[in-house]
Amino acid sequence: MLGLQAFFFYIFAFIAVGSALMVVLAKNPVHSVLFLILTFVAAAGLFLLAGAEFLALILIVVYVGAVAILFLFVVMMLDLDVGQLKSRAIQYAPFGAIIAVLLLAELIIAGSGTIADPVLASQTALPMAEAGGASNIEALGNVLYTRYILFFQLAGLILFVAMIGAIVLTLRHKEKVRRQSIPDQVARNPSTSIEVKQVESGRGI
Amino acid sequence: MEELLTSYLPIVIFVGICLVIGLALLVSPFLLAYKSPDDEKLSAYECGFDAFDDSRMKFDVRFYLVSILFIIFDLEVAFLFPWAASFGEVGWFGLWSMMFFLGVLTVGFIYEWKKGALEWE
Repeated sequence: MLGLQAFFFYIFAFIAVGSALMVVLAKNPVHSVLFLILTFVAAAGLFLLAGAEFLALILIVVYVGAVAILFLFVVMMLDLDVGQLKSRAIQYAPFGAIIAVLLLAELIIAGSGTIADPVLASQTALPMAEAGGASNIEALGNVLYTRYILFFQLAGLILFVAMIGAIVLTLRHKEKVRRQSIPDQVARNPSTSIEVKQVESGRGI
Repeated sequence: MEELLTSYLPIVIFVGICLVIGLALLVSPFLLAYKSPDDEKLSAYECGFDAFDDSRMKFDVRFYLVSILFIIFDLEVAFLFPWAASFGEVGWFGLWSMMFFLGVLTVGFIYEWKKGALEWE
């Protein structure tokens, strides 16, 4: 990596690591989510430097535009007691430590693997846009829907399960709520809605 | 690779100008503004009375449902972009691969429509 590119790499890398630390350390959960957004943006910058233009912009659109906003929405509006969360955090610390150690081990294995095998290192460091002269989005599209069809369809099924799961878990129709039924309204005509009664004089219906 | 990155130069300049303007507006009041603090000026003011309670509250889970369903379709659309860009390349197999993907999600869409998840009551 050359001068300016390396400069931007270090800027984005430091922002990403620093704001990821702040996500964990910030006292206020809203600030945590804002730092999470900054982490996503810095990660998008790193993707861009690696030539993964499409992934960088999708990261902004999907993670910053939708996922982080959902988090922010939940955290800002939810009735949560920060003090109670802190006491629970200590209770969950062992599980967090196990996951952290596993992640660290994975990173070390991934890192040392490229050191041990120089051929692998030269391949993983290859910028994405170089693949066959196509742009990043074309390089992805050329293989995603044909060669990696299984993963593509699995992604579709995961989205499907998420959709069904969200509906099954959260959808509760309230009783005694009268909903608008447009077909019923349109199908109404005088014969189904008006009844003509002969009222005898002097007596009610 | 180089020209890809240089094409982002305007964005770098844009972000730089944003940072300069933002920081200037943030810092200049500390340097320029006339300060004379006062107990009354610094006290909580909400239409003349102290805030009753926290602004956080319990609210309907339905809001989350709408936003989760939005994210799912957002991702579905994100998968369409590379497909459209290399449509000529992937051929009939790619077409039917995408049709199956869309079909699965359409089944989900019909389910949520029929369940009334998109209706507000």
